[in-house]
Amino acid sequence: MSVIPAAVSRFFHRTASSPHFYALADRFIPWLTAIFILLLAAGLYGGLYLAPTDYQQGDSYRIIYIHVPAAWMSLFIYVLMAIMGAIALVWHMKMAEVMLVASAPIGAGFTFIALVTGSLWGKPMWGTWWVWDARLTSELILLFLYLGVISLYGAIEDKRAAARAVSILALVGVVNIPIIHYSVQWWNTLHQGPTVSKMGKPSIHVEMLVPLLLMAVAFKFYYLIAALQAAKLELLKREASSQWVKTLLEKQA
Amino acid sequence: MKPARKQRLILIGLMLVGLGLAATFALQAFNENLMYFFSTTDVATGKAPKNSLFRLGGMVIKGSVERPDAGLLVKFKLSDFNKEVPVEYSGILPDLFREGQGIVAKGKLDERGVFVAEEVLAKHDENYMPPEVADSLKKSAEQK
Repeated sequence: MSVIPAAVSRFFHRTASSPHFYALADRFIPWLTAIFILLLAAGLYGGLYLAPTDYQQGDSYRIIYIHVPAAWMSLFIYVLMAIMGAIALVWHMKMAEVMLVASAPIGAGFTFIALVTGSLWGKPMWGTWWVWDARLTSELILLFLYLGVISLYGAIEDKRAAARAVSILALVGVVNIPIIHYSVQWWNTLHQGPTVSKMGKPSIHVEMLVPLLLMAVAFKFYYLIAALQAAKLELLKREASSQWVKTLLEKQA
Repeated sequence: MKPARKQRLILIGLMLVGLGLAATFALQAFNENLMYFFSTTDVATGKAPKNSLFRLGGMVIKGSVERPDAGLLVKFKLSDFNKEVPVEYSGILPDLFREGQGIVAKGKLDERGVFVAEEVLAKHDENYMPPEVADSLKKSAEQK
């Protein structure tokens, strides 16, 4: 462990203690919220007002300002959950378990938003709400993986055992992530290929791209806020009988 | 790193490698079934099914769209820049259907070799730009 500087190692050890994590989250959340609101306002203003209309879709394309960042988040959060699952399994770190469990409902929400907004756009543009092509189907499987993590955690009484079970599920499900991402290149799909996350220049005009990236960063901040809040709640529930929770409640009463 | 942790880390690594391999083989095996549509080359080379419904994808060739009478019947040709397949469809076309755009049609090949579609979906491409940019791109392409 000598490769890690003492200060970094101290930070991790302290963050791993519940009351310290709780206080740290409390301190960060107002700042994160302020940044989130700024980014969201800029992204929405840029995307819905400043960005030009599309040469083919007119104004209907503007749903990408929700759809694409939500779809990116659905993949991003799942990868984070798998990493936290690996940390929880190898180092038995409680905070990794808590963050993993706290992330699942948020990821499920983003996946659901991506599927619904895609469907709403698909009807006028493609001419259908839903097709069973590789991209849409693998994204639907991702939603089921998230729901599986949530229900598996809820079904097991002992929360340490439950966390181990969902860590394994999160790791197993991670094979689906490259499948979702590359589905549009490996197979013929009705869903279009990548616009931004491909080699070379994004095939989207820069005035349309900037608000999209702003929205993507805003969504990341939203995730941080929501995950920290959920992790705080999870800690309180798990350690309801411990001394630091009692002191905290007395202070707030 | 403690040996027990190292062991667990290696175990997880092996599990991921195993899963990745299993997924790769499974997807390879089902490769054909995961294709949402056949290309026009598949039809020309006889890879597409003869007497059953399938989906055909391709680009609507510029200038190939005709409406022979006042009804809903539309005839056009699809291409993947290699082989062409004539298509007939009678019904309402989606908004994004236009010449030079990709579409996916579901239907059957008849004995004339014409693909008779019962459903036409527009396939959007990955390009987003304002109308002025599209116009100037078109102009510069014409000048060449």
